[in-house]
Amino acid sequence: MQPVINIKNVKKTYIMGTVEVNALVDVSLQINKNEYVAIMGPSGSGKSTLMNIIGCLDTPTSGLYEFNGVNVSEMNDNELAKIRNKEIGFVFQTFNLLARSDALHNVELPLVYAGMKKTDRRESAKEALTHVKLEDRMHHKPNELSGGQRQRVAIARALVTKPSIILADEPTGNLDSKTGIEIMALFDELHRQGNTIILVTHEEDIAHYAHRVIRVRDGMVESDHMVENRITHKAPVSVE
Amino acid sequence: MKLTDFTYEVKEGIGISFQAIRANKMRSVLTMLGIVIGIVSVTLMGTAIEGLSRAFNESVSKLGADVLYVQKFPWFFGGDDWWKFRNRKDIDLKQYRDVKDQATTISAITPLSRRRLTIKYGNRSSDGIIVSGANEQYILTTGASMDLGRFFSQAEANGGRPVAVIGYTVAENLFPSETPLGKNVKIGGVSFRIVGVIGKQGSFLGMDLDNCAVIPITNFLQKFASHRRGIDLNVKVADMKDLENTKEELRGILRKIRSVKPGAEDDFAINQQEMFIQTFNKIGIVVAGIGLFITALSLFVGAIGIMNIMFVSVSERTKEIGIRKAIGAKRSTILLQFLIESAALSLVGGIIGIIISYPLSLLINQILPTSMPILVVLIAIIISVLVGMISGFLPANRASKMDPVEALRYE
Repeated sequence: MQPVINIKNVKKTYIMGTVEVNALVDVSLQINKNEYVAIMGPSGSGKSTLMNIIGCLDTPTSGLYEFNGVNVSEMNDNELAKIRNKEIGFVFQTFNLLARSDALHNVELPLVYAGMKKTDRRESAKEALTHVKLEDRMHHKPNELSGGQRQRVAIARALVTKPSIILADEPTGNLDSKTGIEIMALFDELHRQGNTIILVTHEEDIAHYAHRVIRVRDGMVESDHMVENRITHKAPVSVE
Repeated sequence: MKLTDFTYEVKEGIGISFQAIRANKMRSVLTMLGIVIGIVSVTLMGTAIEGLSRAFNESVSKLGADVLYVQKFPWFFGGDDWWKFRNRKDIDLKQYRDVKDQATTISAITPLSRRRLTIKYGNRSSDGIIVSGANEQYILTTGASMDLGRFFSQAEANGGRPVAVIGYTVAENLFPSETPLGKNVKIGGVSFRIVGVIGKQGSFLGMDLDNCAVIPITNFLQKFASHRRGIDLNVKVADMKDLENTKEELRGILRKIRSVKPGAEDDFAINQQEMFIQTFNKIGIVVAGIGLFITALSLFVGAIGIMNIMFVSVSERTKEIGIRKAIGAKRSTILLQFLIESAALSLVGGIIGIIISYPLSLLINQILPTSMPILVVLIAIIISVLVGMISGFLPANRASKMDPVEALRYE
């Protein structure tokens, strides 16, 4: 089976003033469809750089990155934008919702950029919000929602384009532990429904929701193994 | 990019820009101020120029394109030449008769002399009436027609009969409730019998043409030309197409009868409507030039203001730009979004400008016959959108080129 993500000998070098910083020295990894992977590492390990490259927000200095068999390592800005739009659903630590738009419009936005007709994208956005159990909060602005609700709006926005991967960067970092558990349960459910999830975190607890943990240190993959006693949540997500 | 994608992005952009304008009302209004002033000056200038030219055209058409005015002074000249023209030999009645006898391409000619006098009837009186001394063909050279009675005849003119024709306004003022025909009035203290009333002629450059009276020139020169002044000749050409030939013919006759030496310049002027139009066009260009300069200056200041605030807006919304890019906005999408935003800002300013201009244009309408032309409104709208787009380009370009990773990290 063709992997969704195929990274081979990827290197990323930044120039800080006159000093070259090797954020990624030599990274190779593959992620298959419907995997639930956690990328772990302390700050400065290069995990954020790796996440940016996986998320097509940045391109490697050298090496190969294939997404669904397509080489994205040499794509230009517009082509990358298209991949981000269609294939990747981002979930951020700070939610990153547009403050002036209501939940529905936030979820709708990727579909605007995808060029979908208004009635269709309304329908898809409502569906995605219903999926995360926020159908009664559609016309609330982010500042009228709790942290957990905001993160669920962000997850709905990530889901709405039916992407190949969901890329979550410390999704529970700004939430209390109870809400965090609810969000992780939601990811669990999404995974069971067939989504491919990549979780970037530095918390061991959170990483143990995943099936596979990739540890990054000093710009290299330190270890890559399956999780044995993983935490699972079968309970339905409750609405606050 | 497909056309449908483009329209969705435009719609999204319009939505975002009005959100942004609403979110920063005070700032937006202050920014728009420059554009508002610019658009007010564009529309008012357009309205005023339109009004001036309409007023002028109405006036100048009363001069008649087919009438030549033979006078000592040309209508337009530099100040230094005044004495030269002043010292020219007067035109007199003998010259009038010579021209009348010799000219073959004219349809009417009248000698003309004017003075402001008081007209009295019973205990009513009108001051400052322009009283003209002329012959029976005067009415033909003006394009006016008779409202009541008749113009005085050749016999009355030649015989110096005490008859007069009065203008519409004079008739209204002196004879509010009875017919003026056959009544005797005192013009400058001399008794004249009214034989006709001239129909309404309107105004010429703000002067009421109906506040007038006409009497035979022989009477006029005897009774009212106290200081010897020359007369003018108003000549109507027989055929408008031969205007230049008629001018040449008149010139030849006048040079001969005024004994101008060959090679010497004319010691008289043949004036015509055309000269007014040329002079007006020159004034019009100057007025438009000054207007354009003021307008361009205020729009330029407005544009700088918009550019400035758009730079602020772009850097304030770095995070938003990062989010949009992360979920799939292309460079062109972001560029378009901010271009639309600055165009919308400027357009709202333009519309406010038009709304402010409208009552001001009604004010202008009190002085000049005009209304705000639709074309000017359209131009103002187009200008404001263009100004917005041009001044928004640099900030929008900066936004579109932001690195999504950097932008997302921005707090």
